[in-house]
Amino acid sequence: MIIFIARRIFFMAVTMFVVSLLVFLLLEVNGEAVAIRVLGPYTSEEQRQLWLEANGYLRPAYVRFGEWLINVLQGDFGESIRFKAPVGDILWDRLKNTAILGGLVFAIMVPMGVVLGVLAGMAEGSPRDRVITLFSVITTSVPEFASAVFLSVIFVFTLKWLPGTSSMVGGFDWAQIVLPVAVLVLYAFGYVARMMRASMAEVMQSAYIRTAMLKGLPYRRVILGHALRNALIAPFTVIILQINWLLSGVIVVESFFAYKGFGALLLEGALNQDVYLVQAAALVSVFVAVMTQVISDVGYAYLNPRIRFT
Amino acid sequence: MSPADTTADPGGAVPPAQPARASRIGSLLRGIGLIRESRVGMIGAALLLFWVLVAIFAPVVAPFPADQQLREMQNALPGERIPPGAVITAFTDEGMQRIEVTGTYWFGGDKLGRDVFSRVVWGARSVMIYAPLATGLAYATGILLGLLAGYKRGWVDDVLSRVSDIILSFPVLVLYVVIIVTFGASALNIMLAITFASAPAIMRIVRGLTLDLRNRDYVAAAQTRGESSWYIMLVEILPNARGPLIVDVCLRLGYVTITIGTLGFLGLGLPPPDPNWGNLIAENKDVVLTFPHSTIAPCVAISSLVLGLNLLADGLREISLND
Repeated sequence: MIIFIARRIFFMAVTMFVVSLLVFLLLEVNGEAVAIRVLGPYTSEEQRQLWLEANGYLRPAYVRFGEWLINVLQGDFGESIRFKAPVGDILWDRLKNTAILGGLVFAIMVPMGVVLGVLAGMAEGSPRDRVITLFSVITTSVPEFASAVFLSVIFVFTLKWLPGTSSMVGGFDWAQIVLPVAVLVLYAFGYVARMMRASMAEVMQSAYIRTAMLKGLPYRRVILGHALRNALIAPFTVIILQINWLLSGVIVVESFFAYKGFGALLLEGALNQDVYLVQAAALVSVFVAVMTQVISDVGYAYLNPRIRFT
Repeated sequence: MSPADTTADPGGAVPPAQPARASRIGSLLRGIGLIRESRVGMIGAALLLFWVLVAIFAPVVAPFPADQQLREMQNALPGERIPPGAVITAFTDEGMQRIEVTGTYWFGGDKLGRDVFSRVVWGARSVMIYAPLATGLAYATGILLGLLAGYKRGWVDDVLSRVSDIILSFPVLVLYVVIIVTFGASALNIMLAITFASAPAIMRIVRGLTLDLRNRDYVAAAQTRGESSWYIMLVEILPNARGPLIVDVCLRLGYVTITIGTLGFLGLGLPPPDPNWGNLIAENKDVVLTFPHSTIAPCVAISSLVLGLNLLADGLREISLND
C-alpha cells in the first residue's frame, strides 16, 4: 500500500513538473507582450528591449524557468500586472472564496446524486427510475451559463427573491451564494446520479443480494446494509474527480455572478494577459486536480481490497 | 439482407459488386431505423434533426440578416413589429441606398437592435459547422493515436498514455483558457484547442477497444495474410470498434457544443460578428435582468440541441444493450 501511494505521488510530481514547464512555455513565449502590458502600447521597440533586458527576460529560457520554478516552490508567483500586487496574496483570498462555493456544492450535490442514483438503480426500469434518469439527462444537458440565465430570470427577474450578483461587497451573504451553488449542483449532480444508478443496478443483480432477499431479510436492510455499501465503491472515484470538473465550472459561474473567486480571477487574468496571474492560477488548478486524482486512486484502493493486493 | 441472400437470388442478373453496396446502405438504413425502438432516442433524433434543418435552411427561415441593426428595435420585446420608417443603408448596384425594412421581431430585439430570432437561426448554422468539425478533428486524432497505442503497444503506448494522462490532468476549461490566451481566439485555434483537449479521452477509449480486438481471429488472419499494420488497424479493428464509439460521438458532440458556447460566453470564443449562441448570450448578459428575452432564446437553443444529442446517445446505448 505504501509503495502504491509513493508511486502515485511520484507520478504526481512528474506531472506537476511537466505541466509547470508547459504552462511556463505557453505563456512566456511572448515576453514582448509582457513588456507592452507593463510599459503601455506607446513605447518604442528600444524601450521594450531595455525593459526586457533589465528584468531578465532576454536570458535563456531554461535559466528563467529554473528561477521561476524555484520562486514558485517558495510560494512566490511574481507580481500581477493587473492588480499591481503579489499574485500569491490575491490568489489565496480568491481560493478561499472558491473553496466555500465548492464545499457547499459538494455538500448538496453528493448526497443528492447518491440518493437519486440509489432510488433509480434499486428498481431499474421502473417509472421512478425513468423519471430520475430523464431528469438527470435534462439537467446535465443545460450548460452552466444557460442554467445561470434561467435561474436568474426566474428567481431574480420574475420572483425577485434573490439578488442577481454575488460580489459579497458587504461581507458574506447567504442569499447571494444560493444561485451560484444551485447552478453548479444542477449541472453536476446528474453525473453522480448516473454513476450511482449504474453501480447500484449492477450490485442489485449480484448473488449475495439474491441470497439476502431469499433468506428473508427486510428489504430496507438488504438495500442499506448490503447493496449500498458495495454500490458506493465504484462511484467514489467519480465523485472525487468532480473536483476537477468543479475547477472548470467555477470559471463560468463566478464570472456570471461576479463572485470573487478563483475562476473569475483566472478569467480576468486571461482576458488582460496578466501572465503571472494565469500561470499561478493554472498551476494551482492543476495541482488541485492532480491531488484529487491521487486521493481518488488511494481511496479506491483502500475501499476495494482486490486492487490493493494486486 | 445479408450478402448470402443476394447471391442466392434466382434473378442473378445483377453484377456482384452492386448487391454488396446495396446491402451495406440497407444495413445502414436499418441501423438508423433501429432508433425507433427507443422513445428517448426518437426524441433526441428529432431535436437534432430539427436543428440540422434549421441550420441548412437558415437563409429561408431567418427573416433578417444576422447582423442587421435597427436603432428602433433596440431591446424590443418579443413579437414587436418594426415601426414604419425604419430604414437601413445598403450598398446596391446603384450605390448606397436607404431601404425601408418591415416585419416582426418574433423573439424581440437585442441590445444593438438586431433580430434575436434571426440571430438564433443563423447561430444554428455556426454551431452546426464548428461543433462537428472540431469533434471530427478530435476523433481523427484520437482514433489514430488510440489505434497506434493499442495495436503497437510497447513504448508507443507508454509515451502516448503518459502524455494523455498529463493533458487529462488539466481541468478542461483552464486548459482552453490558457491555450486561447496564448494563441488568440480564432475559429481554427478553437478547433485545435478542442482537439488537443478531447483527443486524449478518445484515444483512451479507442486504445481500450483495440487492446480487446487485437487478439481476435480475424486480426490474426490478416496478419497471416501479410497485411500492413495500418490496414489491420483501419480496416479490421476500427470498424469493429464502432459501436461504443458512435454513442461517444453523440455525447462528445454535445460536449463540444457546450464548450464552444462556454468559450463564446466567456469572451474567448469565435470573433464577434459570428452569431454563435455563446456569443449571443455574452453580448446580452449584462441586460439579462432588464430584457431577459435576448439571452433566453440562445440559451434554450443550445440546451435543446445538447439535450437532443444526449438523449440520442442514451437511445443508442439502450438499443446496443438490447442486442
